[in-house]
Amino acid sequence: MSVYINKDTKVIVQGITGSTALFHTKQMLEYGTKIVGGVTPKKGGTEVEGVPVFNTVKEAVDKTGATASVIYVPAPFAADAILEAVDAELDLAICITEHIPVLDMVKVKRYMEGKKTRLVGPNCPGVITPDECKIGIMPGYIHKKGHVGVVSRSGTLTYEAVHQLSEQGFGQSTAVGIGGDPVNGTDFIDVLKAFNEDPETEAVMMIGEIGGTAEEEAAEWVKENMTKPVVGFIGGRTAPPGKRMGHAGAIISGGKGTAEEKIKVMNNCGIEVAETPAVMGETLIGVLKEKGLYDKCKTH
Amino acid sequence: MNIHEYQGKEILRKYGVSVPNGHVAYTVDEAVEAAKQLGTKVSVVKAQIHAGGRGKAGGVKIAKNLDEVRTYADEILGKTLVTHQTGPEGKEVKRLLIEEGCDIKEEYYVGLVLDRATSRVTMMASEEGGTEIEEVAEKNPEKIFKEVIDPVVGLTAFQARRLAFNINIPTEYLSKTVKFMLGLYQAFVEKDCSIAEINPLVTTGDGEVLALDAKLNFDDNAIFRQKEISQYRDFDEEDAKEIEASKFDLSYVALDGNIGCMVNGAGLAMATMDIIKHSGGDPANFLDVGGGATAEKVTEAFKIILSDKNVKGILVNIFGGIMKCDIIAEGVVAATKQVGLEIPLVVRLEGTNVDLGKKILAESGLNITAAESMADGAEKIVSLVK
Repeated sequence: MSVYINKDTKVIVQGITGSTALFHTKQMLEYGTKIVGGVTPKKGGTEVEGVPVFNTVKEAVDKTGATASVIYVPAPFAADAILEAVDAELDLAICITEHIPVLDMVKVKRYMEGKKTRLVGPNCPGVITPDECKIGIMPGYIHKKGHVGVVSRSGTLTYEAVHQLSEQGFGQSTAVGIGGDPVNGTDFIDVLKAFNEDPETEAVMMIGEIGGTAEEEAAEWVKENMTKPVVGFIGGRTAPPGKRMGHAGAIISGGKGTAEEKIKVMNNCGIEVAETPAVMGETLIGVLKEKGLYDKCKTH
Repeated sequence: MNIHEYQGKEILRKYGVSVPNGHVAYTVDEAVEAAKQLGTKVSVVKAQIHAGGRGKAGGVKIAKNLDEVRTYADEILGKTLVTHQTGPEGKEVKRLLIEEGCDIKEEYYVGLVLDRATSRVTMMASEEGGTEIEEVAEKNPEKIFKEVIDPVVGLTAFQARRLAFNINIPTEYLSKTVKFMLGLYQAFVEKDCSIAEINPLVTTGDGEVLALDAKLNFDDNAIFRQKEISQYRDFDEEDAKEIEASKFDLSYVALDGNIGCMVNGAGLAMATMDIIKHSGGDPANFLDVGGGATAEKVTEAFKIILSDKNVKGILVNIFGGIMKCDIIAEGVVAATKQVGLEIPLVVRLEGTNVDLGKKILAESGLNITAAESMADGAEKIVSLVK
């Protein structure tokens, strides 16, 4: 078991003929991900990396039986690409693209209401279930199969956390990047719920950053519902207010969304928060020892 | 992206949102000429900088005749205003808005923001006009009313009416207030605003509903389709290094410290700043070289970091995903050769093509300190800088 994706997940790549998409299609195929098709309008009928290309998502789904899609389409057209994935009734659409106008995403979220598709992202590294399926842009080799669920708003900071866990012998069940945008498809609570229900997951690492109140809301949810230990980290303690720190969603405005506030709420809800990004792994391992989960989670 | 008040009002006017008549002025003579053209008894001289709190800092004056316009314009132009939003260094005033005075009856607040919790645009209104909305939210939260807007139908007239009634707008102003709110929402969505704040919105003695001030911010991600807005950009209001960075699609924020950082990914970049601070150092900047960087882009990033004279050392922290470590390494080597690096450089590489990247650095013959981890990198650069 795992969260959202597994070894049988059939994936199509939207925007497959772009250079970034091509590079990562190759990487995903090497990892063992079942990439069954790609979509680029007007390139239908061709083939890249041994994968058939279609003109529309609907056609790709009908011909390949794909249930998931990964989107590398450039920002001006990415919202439309998500809508097309939702319209084709995929179970999962993972949008890697960053810099999508936020009002486009407001419309996308509205369109998705009552629809079947789960959207992860945009502006995210994707989702990986180690040794089974990698959908996105994360470097596969740092991940090891195991029992720690990872959920994060940041891409590279997720790699950092995963790397620390793997180095110390703690594999991951699934790592989900929810993305750094203010409007996204899947939030912390969605993923925490999934990890809570996943028998493979024993503990969760939750990586947040300044801006918004998603971490606070997730912490309250954890306090009420989570049966597994959660450890956190918040990036941006030293970020000045009023400045957008790269991610569209990472901004302290009107005194709201500071790291201090988030850490305080998380601590109050029983989530231990790593003091620095260098000890994310250590902090989690410490909690595993406390909860008697160390041996169960030590995978290698 | 931010723009000036007078530019915001130009946009609002096109959407039928009433604003006082006014003209921009870059010199004292232009200010007097603008007041003459307005021909009103009273005019207002307003400093145009990208920060709130101008009134309290002495950047807004009411002139009763042309001589006073001249006096105030002379006083405010070239003055450095320090407000709660400018930081202690303040901002120099280079433009003025000369506006007609009006007979204010009451002041209100109306604003549009993206509500992250609902993923919808939300209109907020309050009868506590003139006060900052954060302050109202803290002291009198019951005085803020909200309408969450469905993007399919947009702000509806009944929602605008409900807000107007809730904030006790007198009925004789109702239809003009509704028109105002609907126009404001239209401007917000068509121009890809991230914030549109009217504080205060005023009712006047001659029956008007006017935006006395206008703060419009725009979604940087949407500027590509907002040509008109991009022309409003005022480079005088931005940090020179941030402007340079934006040309190369780099995300850079200047800070006060002396350790330059070059990182890929916003989260890791923030975390790198945090760990430098934790290790006893001070970061000089936030810099995310992004996903699709080329060696050229990395070179430019390096130059921008080095153009900050406070920088006494550099920490490069890369965890390659989209970004390949060899690209970063090539960029670092090229930049170092180009600019002639005289300060300590610590590089930590991990991720896609890491071995290739490390090899390029090692064979470059340059004085680069390799770090094995993030903590190791932070400790090394902090001790090298001290």
